[in-house]
Amino acid sequence: MKKKYKLNEIDCANCAMKLEEAVKAVEGVDSAKVNYMMQKLTFEAEESRIEEVEKAVLGVCRKMEPDMEVTLL
Amino acid sequence: MKLSKKQKKWLGRIIAAAVLFLALEILVHMGAFDGSRWWIGFLFALVPYLIVGYDVILKSIRNISRGDVFDENFLMMIATFGAFGIREYPEAVAVMLLYQIGELFQNYATGKSRDSISDLMSIAPETAFVEQDGEIEEMDPDEVEVGEIIVIRPGDRIPLDGEVVEGESMIDTSALTGEPVPRRARPGDMVISGCVNGQGTLKVRTTKAYEDSTVARILEMVESATEKKTRVENFVTRFAHVYTPIVTIGALVLALIPPIVLGGGARVWIDWIRRACIFLVVSCPCALVISVPLGFFGGIGAASRIGVLVKGSNYLEALAHVRTVVFDKTGTLTKGEFRVSRVIPAAGEDSEEAKARLLEHAAYAECYSTHPIAQSIREAYGRPVEASRITRTEEIPGRGVLAAADGHEILAGNAKLMGSRGIEIEELQTGGTVVRIACDGRYEGAVIISDTVKEGAAKAIRDMKAAGVRRCVMLTGDRPEAAEEVAREIGIDEVHAQLLPADKVDQIEKLMQSESGSGKLAFAGDGINDAPVLMRSDVGIAMGSLGSDAAIEAADIVLMDDDITKIARTVTIARKTVGIIHANIIFAIAVKIAILIMSVFGIANMWMAIFGDVGVLILCILNAMRLLRRDDSQR
Repeated sequence: MKKKYKLNEIDCANCAMKLEEAVKAVEGVDSAKVNYMMQKLTFEAEESRIEEVEKAVLGVCRKMEPDMEVTLL
Repeated sequence: MKLSKKQKKWLGRIIAAAVLFLALEILVHMGAFDGSRWWIGFLFALVPYLIVGYDVILKSIRNISRGDVFDENFLMMIATFGAFGIREYPEAVAVMLLYQIGELFQNYATGKSRDSISDLMSIAPETAFVEQDGEIEEMDPDEVEVGEIIVIRPGDRIPLDGEVVEGESMIDTSALTGEPVPRRARPGDMVISGCVNGQGTLKVRTTKAYEDSTVARILEMVESATEKKTRVENFVTRFAHVYTPIVTIGALVLALIPPIVLGGGARVWIDWIRRACIFLVVSCPCALVISVPLGFFGGIGAASRIGVLVKGSNYLEALAHVRTVVFDKTGTLTKGEFRVSRVIPAAGEDSEEAKARLLEHAAYAECYSTHPIAQSIREAYGRPVEASRITRTEEIPGRGVLAAADGHEILAGNAKLMGSRGIEIEELQTGGTVVRIACDGRYEGAVIISDTVKEGAAKAIRDMKAAGVRRCVMLTGDRPEAAEEVAREIGIDEVHAQLLPADKVDQIEKLMQSESGSGKLAFAGDGINDAPVLMRSDVGIAMGSLGSDAAIEAADIVLMDDDITKIARTVTIARKTVGIIHANIIFAIAVKIAILIMSVFGIANMWMAIFGDVGVLILCILNAMRLLRRDDSQR
């Protein structure tokens, strides 16, 4: 199952690259992409675990970029 | 220049810090601090420094607490702390100030190119007017179900794909196809979301939900196009991974080893710490990292402006290296419509009259046939066929027809038909389909029917050659003679005829193998029955296939209209994009390495280092943004 978020004000291309790697490393995430140009985050995870994985992904976002606003699309 | 709230605050901090900094500098030069204690100067410098750079320091501390040390915030913090440490207060403030200017510019530039993409892609409809039980209700396009009737008023953007059930109008498709001429829509016609309705009101039965409609798919495609990883991007990622740590360690070595080895007092230490700070300032890879997505985003935007959808940066990158373009013949280079191209009366009867009689006989003989060839003959005849004149027609399978009209017996068909009746015919050299006509046992001549070449096909091939494509190849299931004739007419280099659909894939593989080195192969087809070939080639280009899901799925690049001259224009855009990105990468790496080397020998100063970071970043962004300029991409 795919989930998509709008990332408001992610600072730089390098930060986006790092965030993508961090989200990919979250357990249960099958694939993840951070689109710096469109300021979007997409990740994919098993349907049955989606809630738990989503929580972890949002946690990573908060940790990496505390100033960034994350909204579900 | 429009700034967001965050950008305005950012700019405010920069201006405040800059003013304070200048005031401080003037005071220093007037000698206001001469003779006072060192910490007074320090405190005065600390105020603008913190105003402009507090967030950098906060972020850096946060990163360190997370165990991720090497990022640009950290580098800026160390470099400026270093400058404070050696009592170069103005330098510390200036570095931070310029760093923030560069960051703000980067933020502004990406926002701006994002806007220009959304402008260009401002095809997303806001609302749909749904007719329910005679009432019209305004709804979100998302909520409209398949099969509902929507009303499209003059000037509205069509919100969903569907079929016209009532009304007539001219539709402006330019946002999707780049085609300036409006298209007519009548009941029974399909309309595509994202187009703008002209003067008439239309009622449309929706055939797709919003998320499956053309407009939603196009937006999705363009937005996610930069997510496909390119070779340059992989290179930059790898480079950034090693570059920053190496330079940081280099800075540490530079600050510690020479003073220890050489010995000496505080002056020596200060000198080497200074050099190390320069290392840190230029170690930020941001100019490199931003160049790639910004460049490809610009290229993809420029392509979509001419009605070409590129599904990923990697395809644009591959297209820049295309050496061979392979075309499907029918529907791509030719219209796939059969027309009478020549009327050749038997020898000795080459008059207009004989030609007219020949065509008339052909039309009467073929008057009941539904075969495309018969239709094209009747079309060429141009007048209605009077059925009362025909007394009998008989189809002879695989050979042609026999008809009786006006008391004559007319034969129309191939050479075999003529042979079976003992009628002598003349040999003809032609690529088209030949229909022989005989009347009362005497050969009258032949009608040649061939597929018509698209307008602009020859120009498209010439443009492609000019854009750097080395060979143009044509694949077709057609007969070799027909294929050769088309190839000669438009300037194709290589023809492979009489191929079955499966042979086409083999042929593509052979052609790809013959491609040396980094040369890529693109295949262009109408996308209806060549999905396997589209997928197999390096770059699959589907054309005129707006609305054909299978083609959009299989292709890497979609030409939204039928215009094959756009392939050459897209190749040019691709080359320019990749050229700009490469130039940026080489420029950034060269400047940074030059400054690194110079700083080891003590030739570079802090101002050069700031140029190596912020200056290079700004120049790279400006260079990448050239792609989005309208006139550039349109020529």
